[in-house]
Amino acid sequence: MSRQHIISVLLENEAGALSRVSGLFSARAYNIESLTVAPTQDPTLSRLTLVTVGSDETIEQIKKQLNKLIDVVKLIDLSESFSLERELALLKVKKSDVMVQKVESLGTETLACVSDETDDYLIIELSGEKVWLDEFLASIGDDVIEVVRTGVIGLSRGERSLTL
Amino acid sequence: MELSGGEIVIQSLKDEGVEYVFGYPGGCVLHIYDAIFKQDDVKHVLVRHEQGATHAADGYARSSGKPGVVLVTSGPGATNAVTGIATAFMDSIPMIVITGQVSRPVIGTDAFQEVDTVGITRPCVKHNFLVKDVADIAETMKKAFYLATSGRPGPVVVDIPKDITDPTIKVPYQYPEEVVMRSYNPTVSGNIGQTRKAIKLIKKAKRPVIYSGGGVVLGEASAEFRQLCHTLNFPVTQTLMGLGAFPGTDPQFIGMLGMHGTYEANMSMHNSDLIIAIGARFDDRVTGKIADFCPHAKIIHIDVDPASISKTITVDVPIVGQVKPILLDMLAQIESLGETFDRGRIAEWWKQIDDWRAVDCMAYDMESGTIKPQYVIEQLYKVTNGEAFVTSDVGQHQMFAAQFYPFDQPRRWINSGGLGTMGFGLPAAMGVKFANPDADVACVTGEGSIQMCLQELSTMLQYDTPVKVVNLNNGYLGMVRQWQEFTYKSRYSHSYLEALPDFKKLAEAYGHVGMQITNKEDVEPALREAFALKDRTVFLDFLTDTEENVYPMIEAGKAHNDMVMAPSSKYKRVLA
Ligand SMILES: Cc1cc2nc3c(=O)[nH]c(=O)nc-3n(C[C@H](O)[C@H](O)[C@H](O)COP(=O)(O)OP(=O)(O)OC[C@H]3O[C@@H](n4cnc5c(N)ncnc54)[C@H](O)[C@@H]3O)c2cc1C
Ligand SMILES: Cc1ncc(C[n+]2csc(CCOP(=O)(O)OP(=O)(O)O)c2C)c(N)n1
Ligand SMILES: [Mg+2]
Repeated sequence: MSRQHIISVLLENEAGALSRVSGLFSARAYNIESLTVAPTQDPTLSRLTLVTVGSDETIEQIKKQLNKLIDVVKLIDLSESFSLERELALLKVKKSDVMVQKVESLGTETLACVSDETDDYLIIELSGEKVWLDEFLASIGDDVIEVVRTGVIGLSRGERSLTL
Repeated sequence: MELSGGEIVIQSLKDEGVEYVFGYPGGCVLHIYDAIFKQDDVKHVLVRHEQGATHAADGYARSSGKPGVVLVTSGPGATNAVTGIATAFMDSIPMIVITGQVSRPVIGTDAFQEVDTVGITRPCVKHNFLVKDVADIAETMKKAFYLATSGRPGPVVVDIPKDITDPTIKVPYQYPEEVVMRSYNPTVSGNIGQTRKAIKLIKKAKRPVIYSGGGVVLGEASAEFRQLCHTLNFPVTQTLMGLGAFPGTDPQFIGMLGMHGTYEANMSMHNSDLIIAIGARFDDRVTGKIADFCPHAKIIHIDVDPASISKTITVDVPIVGQVKPILLDMLAQIESLGETFDRGRIAEWWKQIDDWRAVDCMAYDMESGTIKPQYVIEQLYKVTNGEAFVTSDVGQHQMFAAQFYPFDQPRRWINSGGLGTMGFGLPAAMGVKFANPDADVACVTGEGSIQMCLQELSTMLQYDTPVKVVNLNNGYLGMVRQWQEFTYKSRYSHSYLEALPDFKKLAEAYGHVGMQITNKEDVEPALREAFALKDRTVFLDFLTDTEENVYPMIEAGKAHNDMVMAPSSKYKRVLA
């Protein structure tokens, strides 16, 4: 049975390290839904979060193959325990009162706001669980002109952490 | 000590105890070549093609256990080396490949002879580096050797821009004593709990099979492995890469398994209740149809690479670590059991195996008037007392060599299993000879394969590395022809090699001895004559039966108990 997994990886912050990860996924025909990466507070390390889908056996292989990459220092599968998952999206829409209301009506559960406003356009900033973002996007349908999403990031809850 | 980048490269090799570098010069490595010129501790072997350099270094590594070292220039030098790097990668061979790169300021500008070597080689190396600072060369070299030779071995590429090898820029040199990499800690000893579980299964087994592979050779664990096999008295089968770790002439050995394995080995696997896999990776040429693989067996798997475990076949007791300490641990645990594992304990199983053996699956038409390729290999075995280093190319001749030359020592059988690289055999034989100057070295090849790295005959003359080339010349890309016979109703699409050269004259043109053998009676005398010429490379062109096939054969996607047997065999197709 295929299931979605979120895998967080601490990677040596070296040129080419990211291409080793992405190359692994294409070479071995693994699924990759999103991938996001940035340096950590320790500048020698990057933290990479990737979302993939596969059977238990495939996910096991993905983790082993990732661990085998010399530039991978450590990884955890966030889906193995409770974790907090978030994604950020920016969307450009035509300015309208309806749209402003819609954003305001989302309330506090989804962090949504109008982050930029010009004569005719708005940029809406939205963060939350991926499904919330998907739902909101579906609800505004064709009104959206441009969307950019970060891909999912996450942290496991409680004591479990990905540190050196 | 203050050294330039070029000198540091060579000094690092010296500090690693490297004897030979196989290489080919060019613009971006000229500073390094100048450093080579000024010393003679590290000897350089000038090949005729960079692919030859990689295979020679590979043969050197496989036969000696030491890492092979290659030096090539940027661009075409590096791309020519890729096939050899991938060959080493697939068979887990330790190799360091130093590639020149264009100078740092012009990287990324499509400079003359620039390619993204790190990018091109990334999927076929254990790791690679682009060195960006002269001060980093020594440490990078140390890391490269450490990575290539530890854990699961493999090739490592070190890409060095020309400007950091500049002879006028000198930096303090000290070769690191050791390296620590926080992201790389290969497991050495196995988990005791897991070995305990394995021993429990071993105690209960009624139809056990030991299935071992290249990991036993790579892990220098042949002695411990033999001890375990002899203690347990279980039947032993080996992969193409494992041959020699356990003696091929030992009665406990039931032959190679897999696509061209023996009937008894494959039937034993299929009917087994316990598979003990040691340093083998369940390759598809071994497993056949996954769904029908060893349907009745529990599986123990010892491997240093966690990613080899349960990759295609899910196993019951994984043990991650180096084979040697794990086998020692198992031996100690077995001893403390105080039980004997004599043959009688599994007498019925051995009886069954002996019945399968009686099928004599490798029988071939010995009465034939033509030269049968199997016959040549048998004579080669006889003439060399079974003690030669035998390299091979890829094709039917490779399988005949594996089947008819039982190896009693590890590291004697040198072939490209994982990538199946035609052109490997000849340069590899040269590399073997560098590592074992006094040994008999034979290269078993075909008229197709030999033409892929033939140019190294010239290198072999220059460096005086006498090898006996046993060309099983069937006039066909035989292995391809065989598949076309079986699965394409003998439509021999482009598997016939027309316009073959006169190999005897060709060998002579390269300054070697050439022989052509057309009669069966001449096979043995020709081989004797060739091996008597100790200090000459002899090219023996055997005109063999053109349409002989390799049997038994498990066709792609079939199970172990579904073998195609030789027409001469009592059993035509077996489905037991
Ligand atoms: C024409 C052709 C036909 C072929 N037919 C067959 C055939 O009939 N039968 C057959 O067997 N093969 C055949 N092969 C070869 C096949 O493709 C594979 O190369 C081979 O089966 C792999 O062997 P292996 O499992 O021993 O693995 P190897 O490639 O030798 O891998 C070694 C394994 O051991 C592990 N290892 C390495 N070092 C250590 C250590 N120190 N400690 C513990 N573990 C270690 C590695 O992680 C790896 O998993 C054929 C190839 C060709 C070209
Ligand atoms: C570089 C490369 N190209 C193609 C192949 C596919 N291939 C495998 S065996 C073979 C035929 C080899 O012919 P030959 O060397 O004459 O050996 P034979 O099978 O006749 O003994 C070919 C083309 C390969 N293994 N390697
Ligand atoms: Mg041929």
